[in-house]
Amino acid sequence: MLRSLWTLIRRDVSLIVMRRQDVLTVVAFFILVITLFPLSIGPEPDKLRTLAPGGVWVAAALASLISLDRLFADDWRDGTLEQVALSPQPLAVAALAKVAAHWFSLGLPLVVLSPALGYSLGLEGAELLVLALSLLLGTPVLSLLGAVGAALTLGVRAGGALMALLILPLYAPVLILGAGAVSEAMFDSAYTAHLSLLGAMLAVAVPLVPVAIAGALRIALD
Amino acid sequence: MHAQTDTAQPPATLQAQRLACRRGDEQLFSGVGFTLEPGELLFVRGRNGSGKTTLLRTLCGLSEPAVGTIHWQGQPIRRLDDETRRQLLFIGHRDAVKEELTPLENLRIHLGLRNENTDEETAWDALQRAGLQGREEVPVRYLSQGQRRRTALARLLVSQARLWILDEPLTALDRRAVAWLFERIAEHLEVGGMVVTTSHQSIDGLPEPRILDLD
Amino acid sequence: MTARSIPWLKFTAPPNFYVLAERLTPWLWGVAALFLVAGLYVGFFVAPPDYQQGNSYRIMFIHVPAAWMGMFLYLLMALYGAIFLIWRIKMADVMARAIAPTGALMTFLSLWTGALWGAPTWGTYWVWDARLTSTLILLFLFLGYIALHAASDDREKGGRAASLLAIIGAVNVPIIYFSVEWWYNLHQGVSVMRADGPSMAPSMLAALLLMTVAFWVYSAAIVLRRAQSETLSREARKEWAQQAACGRLTRDTRERAVAQAQQENAVSESGGQA
Repeated sequence: MLRSLWTLIRRDVSLIVMRRQDVLTVVAFFILVITLFPLSIGPEPDKLRTLAPGGVWVAAALASLISLDRLFADDWRDGTLEQVALSPQPLAVAALAKVAAHWFSLGLPLVVLSPALGYSLGLEGAELLVLALSLLLGTPVLSLLGAVGAALTLGVRAGGALMALLILPLYAPVLILGAGAVSEAMFDSAYTAHLSLLGAMLAVAVPLVPVAIAGALRIALD
Repeated sequence: MHAQTDTAQPPATLQAQRLACRRGDEQLFSGVGFTLEPGELLFVRGRNGSGKTTLLRTLCGLSEPAVGTIHWQGQPIRRLDDETRRQLLFIGHRDAVKEELTPLENLRIHLGLRNENTDEETAWDALQRAGLQGREEVPVRYLSQGQRRRTALARLLVSQARLWILDEPLTALDRRAVAWLFERIAEHLEVGGMVVTTSHQSIDGLPEPRILDLD
Repeated sequence: MTARSIPWLKFTAPPNFYVLAERLTPWLWGVAALFLVAGLYVGFFVAPPDYQQGNSYRIMFIHVPAAWMGMFLYLLMALYGAIFLIWRIKMADVMARAIAPTGALMTFLSLWTGALWGAPTWGTYWVWDARLTSTLILLFLFLGYIALHAASDDREKGGRAASLLAIIGAVNVPIIYFSVEWWYNLHQGVSVMRADGPSMAPSMLAALLLMTVAFWVYSAAIVLRRAQSETLSREARKEWAQQAACGRLTRDTRERAVAQAQQENAVSESGGQA
């Protein structure tokens, strides 16, 4: 089983590397959304600083959403998904492998970039660390939840917009905790509670959400 | 319907009972039943839209029939254990060939997914025999439709599965490739394999099939 | 397997359900109207004005039942979705789909009346209060279900996808609710929603209960009615549905249709045990 999962992860990563413009598009989108904040609010550092945690987190959530749009679509269209469903390992585990590959190639760059963007909005020192840490714990949950939406909207009219409607409400708790952690750090209060809750969410999501993804994929394949 | 004998080993048969499938609100077919024994070839015939593809996808457990059951080696098709699942190979209308990758990579990924242990040598050999010599490392995007199809069919050469379910395997194949495929199917049947297939083209040259008419 | 012999499953056969709904709905409409009139009368003429809010609090008699109904209907919809996914009873999907618009309406109504209540009480139509925010998210969950169900060309497939979404949403509703609550408390300290004091005049309580019953029964009636028309459109090609659409469904046709449906089930079941 490990071998087939490794095959799947490696294949997905190498396909994404081949289409590296996709990674660039998502990263550029992430940066652009953050650029919109100073442009729309004004350059005053104080204002920007208060908005920074939410701004970076909203941008990350949107970037995660648009990057997940095609997570299963290509494999569904060319029949690979059928082969994955018929292969010996459980579909839920295969789904987890695909989400992991996706997160490594498209989610992790956002996490790595986030301190720089946080800095540009006026966050400092430990706050940047908390920002990166909260994204590190939170974006995998976003990827998992988004993958459910991507699977549910396979082969459906108006997939992208519909996916946003289905998934963004489910993003709310992660966003609250993630942005909350950074805000707490700004007021020098205890942000560990937020981070632990985010970690708990991740720990619950990793075994459970793939089952839902697999269910949605089976419906799409039927 | 064949009488079943009680043996410790589950019979290596594909059994379908009273299948009915629907697409949307439309009933495609009903009352389809058969038992496919080792060495048998089942040819599904029907006009466009009669549900051939749906039946084949149902037989390998992707779609769920509205009515009826399917058993492969005595296990319900949607609850196969890993080993039994590996005994089934499906090549669908959409052939799961990635355009960005080369035939060799495609084949390797296929093997990796199914967790089948085949060395490099066999993979190269299979692609050669499938008529892709010299094209093993050209991305499929630059190959013709027929060569793309051959990439998919090369799986038959490395497969250890007993049951092949092939949806329209002849599409886009030239005469030589068709002859090659028929030969390969005949070999598979001889060693006790089973094949379910459909085609709109002539199947002269295949061993005598059992015919299932959906019309 | 044994579940199929339980009598209440009789109504999973569409013709039986149709006839049951046909018989029930007039009564339900009547009861709903009765309770609505009684509730509005007690609410507007019997219950005393609030010592702080005067008469504006009376919108609570619509607001609170609507909010309860919205939450309850979402859970009920998810439950029907689960029944559909597990036992493949098609009527469960019909019911879930019939519930969704009413649930969305109730949720919207509770937001709307909440805004109208908020304006005189604390001077604004909208605050990002914990309850308002999570109700808004609930509304989006309903809309997502409706949109996903409608987006698929295949009704069966769309129903299964939407049912799965409803279940995921139902698991998430408490998480969303608590995280929003927590978020709000961190930002605001004390909730402004604590306007209704601990003591409530008995007539106020009576009006609230009457209105709640009215909302329940109204929801049941409208959901059954919608499920009826959905059943007819799904079974449009069958004889019983065509007769029923003209209002001339005979007992004979219905029994034949039920027998046929049961036969189909029996086939798939005996196959399942073979």
